[in-house]
Amino acid sequence: MSYPDVLFYVFAALAAVSALVVVFARNVVYAAFSLLFTFLGVAGIYVLLHADFLAVAQIMIYIGGILVLLIFGVMLTTRVTNVDLPGGVLKTMPATIVSGILLGTLLRLVTRASWFVEPELPSPEGTTAAIGDRLVTTHLLPFEVAGILLLVTIMGAALIARTNGRRRDA
Amino acid sequence: MAQFLTEIFGDNLFTVILYCALPLVFILLYALLAILGEVKISAWMQDRLGPMRTGPWGIFQPVADVLKLLQKEDITPRPADTFLFNLAPFLAFMGSYAAFAAIPFCSAYVGANLDLGLFFVLAIASIGVVAIMMGGWASHNKYSLYGAMRSVAQIVSYEVPAAMSLLIVVLYIGTLNMQDIVTAQAGGIWNWFVFGGPKSAVTLASGRLVEGSWTNLVFLPFFAAAFLMYYISALAETNRTPFDIPEADSELVSGYHTEYSSMKFAMFFMAEYANMLLVSLVVSVVFLGGWYSPYGTTIGALIGVPWLGAVEEFLWLAFKGIFFVFVMIWLRWTLPRLRVDQLMYMCWKVLIPFSFGIALIVGFLVVVL
Repeated sequence: MSYPDVLFYVFAALAAVSALVVVFARNVVYAAFSLLFTFLGVAGIYVLLHADFLAVAQIMIYIGGILVLLIFGVMLTTRVTNVDLPGGVLKTMPATIVSGILLGTLLRLVTRASWFVEPELPSPEGTTAAIGDRLVTTHLLPFEVAGILLLVTIMGAALIARTNGRRRDA
Repeated sequence: MAQFLTEIFGDNLFTVILYCALPLVFILLYALLAILGEVKISAWMQDRLGPMRTGPWGIFQPVADVLKLLQKEDITPRPADTFLFNLAPFLAFMGSYAAFAAIPFCSAYVGANLDLGLFFVLAIASIGVVAIMMGGWASHNKYSLYGAMRSVAQIVSYEVPAAMSLLIVVLYIGTLNMQDIVTAQAGGIWNWFVFGGPKSAVTLASGRLVEGSWTNLVFLPFFAAAFLMYYISALAETNRTPFDIPEADSELVSGYHTEYSSMKFAMFFMAEYANMLLVSLVVSVVFLGGWYSPYGTTIGALIGVPWLGAVEEFLWLAFKGIFFVFVMIWLRWTLPRLRVDQLMYMCWKVLIPFSFGIALIVGFLVVVL
């Protein structure tokens, strides 16, 4: 096995094992922290696929943004203590059906998809410039719509956080 | 550098590890210097002598400190979460060390010459954020947790103005590659971005041509402002005074690493000092010409000895980086601590609007000029 192969298995194992911990951990905080390694593993696989911009964006957005927010949320909602998740088995039938369908779909996708396998991909010049060009030419409308959506979200959050336009200490 | 190492040790895993470990040597030596600097400079500023007993003028104090830390008992509080408690300090150092991969130390050595180096440096810092939160939570101590929460809130807020003020330079130069950003400032001190960027045409490391001219002087106020804004945000991101609210000794003991002792404390300490060096190096690379000397060439290049040129370039960058670390220490003993509301006011109502405004103006100027 070459170095990239070894690295692929390391990252894949990291992502898969930590994802299992996320699912099976009884402690919410453990599950949240375990997600860090899932995101890192996936970012590593992106790098091996020559998607360097995607990998760094994954670290920036998912670890720097979403995960930090998630851990903050978990810590604040559980009143800064570690509360175990309710352990009982609830609604077995619907859960089995939904996850069965999901598993079937994913398995079908994995087995039937025509994977684009190239033994020796040339090392690309870097994807950032090309992605930047596409964002402001071909995909300008979705890019701007996403921007407006985020702006609306921020304004909504600010509106909820305010108390009727008055300062709380006034 | 990579070829040189391959020639000596052959193309194997050992060479790769050695190549990756080079910045670590620099960080360890710098950490000793910074520990000494912190105690000595604070002493001089307060008209004291500082540590005087270990070695002449106490210059071996950091060595004694490190030996003391190594010998200390490694204490884990009983209610602490042992696994996360042990993991956090190493993750914190990993996060800051990973960022050094993209820093061009001289024209011959950059750990990974990434096409999106600056973005990588900004992004990988988030691992350190998670590590701080992990340490604070796992300590099972309310001061640690409050310190961690404050620290994370502060770092996450100040990431925005820090990234925006770097983006102002990126808008002009059109690349995120840090080696390219350095080579764009070739040719002397007036070509550094803090003084308005290149004044003559420059070919970047990647081969692209940047057409600089003296009309670039219009950028000077904007780049200089961006430099100041980045340095202020960097102070906040590294939890240094006046932004040391997360560690405020008088209120929180010492924040998220209150419960840590021995080598695990040393790892957190190392991560903090490595972060200080990292932001200082980023400031030097982006705004102050990176490894270029103020006169734009090296003695090694003039007399035709390439390895001497590379060493000189590294020394220039190290000098600039350590100078900015010195400024951080200087500020620590000069300024009082901000209140939490002043901290957030500074970030959201001063730095962020200004950085967005400057980015708009620079974007406009880049298109027009």
